[in-house]
Amino acid sequence: MNAMEPPRGGRVVIRDLSKSFAINGRVLPVLRGLHLDISPGECLVIVGASGSGKTTLLRVLAGLESADSGKVLVDGEPIGGVGTERAVIFQEPRLLPWLNVLGNVAFGLEVRGASRAQAREHAREYIDLVGLGEFADAYPRQISGGMAQRVGIARALTVQPEILLLDEPLGALDAMTKLIMQEELTRIWREEGVTMIMVTHDLEEAVYLADRVLVLPREKSGAVRLIDIDLPRPRDRSENRFVRYREELLREFGLN
Amino acid sequence: MSLEAIGRGVIVGHDSDGSRSGADVLRRGAKALIWFLSRYGLLLGFLILWQAASRARWLNPAVFPPPDLILAALWNGLSSGALFGDIAISLQRAGLAFVAAVAIAIPLGLFMGQIRPVERLLDPILQLFRQTSALALYPVFILLLGLGEASKIFVIFWATLFPLLLNTISGVKELDPKLIEMARVYGAARLTIFRRVVLPGTVPSIFVGLRLSATTALLLLIASEMIGANSGIGFQVMNAQYNFQIPLMFAAIFILAGLGLVSNYALVLLERRLCRWNGAAT
Repeated sequence: MNAMEPPRGGRVVIRDLSKSFAINGRVLPVLRGLHLDISPGECLVIVGASGSGKTTLLRVLAGLESADSGKVLVDGEPIGGVGTERAVIFQEPRLLPWLNVLGNVAFGLEVRGASRAQAREHAREYIDLVGLGEFADAYPRQISGGMAQRVGIARALTVQPEILLLDEPLGALDAMTKLIMQEELTRIWREEGVTMIMVTHDLEEAVYLADRVLVLPREKSGAVRLIDIDLPRPRDRSENRFVRYREELLREFGLN
Repeated sequence: MSLEAIGRGVIVGHDSDGSRSGADVLRRGAKALIWFLSRYGLLLGFLILWQAASRARWLNPAVFPPPDLILAALWNGLSSGALFGDIAISLQRAGLAFVAAVAIAIPLGLFMGQIRPVERLLDPILQLFRQTSALALYPVFILLLGLGEASKIFVIFWATLFPLLLNTISGVKELDPKLIEMARVYGAARLTIFRRVVLPGTVPSIFVGLRLSATTALLLLIASEMIGANSGIGFQVMNAQYNFQIPLMFAAIFILAGLGLVSNYALVLLERRLCRWNGAAT
């Protein structure tokens, strides 16, 4: 694949995925026989109460944790640990404080063996894409939380993943910045054509971003639910249908 | 950059676009003088007071000779070359010990910090060794290594090893595991993670250890030279006191203070260069 072409999104197939944790000798199942197909270029948003296993699911998909049983296929291949076709954006930007913005964004490519000059040239493109062109030389301690998260996003995009995994990426941002970043994420996702799987606890964010919302059940016996968000983009948060989707999600959590 | 430096920058900027009249130059000079006094005024006052008190015999000049006599003794010692040999041998002792400690403690600390069972196993013995005064062990080292250079270098090495080792270990342990996980996600191999994440992240802690160790090295240098040596600056302090050459004694003390200042300043400069990213270091 030409490195300059936008990457095509990857297909994710999840089959009978189960995972439990042992806490103080008690076994707590967090995922039970999950089946799910995610199409190339789709934006799937995962919501669920805390402890429902949404972050665990994302970490399994990232290859940071292994499942107890079941399998995850990316483009037909079972995943074994972390893979270069997937990139993760964490809740914290996780920038290296001793590298400036440019160095941090180039980090992923450099680690994968790209030459320093090549990695940095490529990084500049994505720094511009997230609107931080003027801050390429700034160090993490000199920039705001929202800017730092943009740097994290740029770093993930620089390695041109097929699948972008986002773990509450906007959870730590203030309300204003969050709205702006939701718009940015939509734009980037459409421009890059990447498959996006995102965990959030913000139901409005889920409706704003998702093609489909995966609701993980509160009770372990409950079934997962998939809700198609059939709304044109850009989405209007005050529109009737938007509000109804939000209410539908709220009902899933017994809130109304 | 300190606030003072920014302040000076503003003053210079203001002057350069105005007319360069005599009054401006005068004002600039006055500002520089005020800055100098605010920084070194108290030190200067202390020296002047010492000079006056000693000359006026408020202080016993046999015990506290006036600074001008001390300076003269220092000049004599240096210009005749008599003190150079002592400075050289002292630097050699402290330097060898310090370099050996750095060469062992930093790699060992980086290794121990990353491998939890090793650290758990070695920590109690390290704590015990650290809490055992190196000076108390000096007689043991003399028994083992004789009264020559080896025991002196070893006691300095021993004392400087632990601050450096323990700070390096804690630097590695306190590193944010989330950063390491981030590097793993990008497919970084163990060695790459070490080189690109662990090592640079530990540098500030290593510098805390280096500065502590440099101070300790000088302290142990002087102590070991006072106990069993016939050369070195520490020996000169003792020897001058025996011979009642009090200005020379103070001259040797000032040389030691100077060595401490220079070594600390060199480490601060190096740290600023290596840790520009760290706000606390600048």
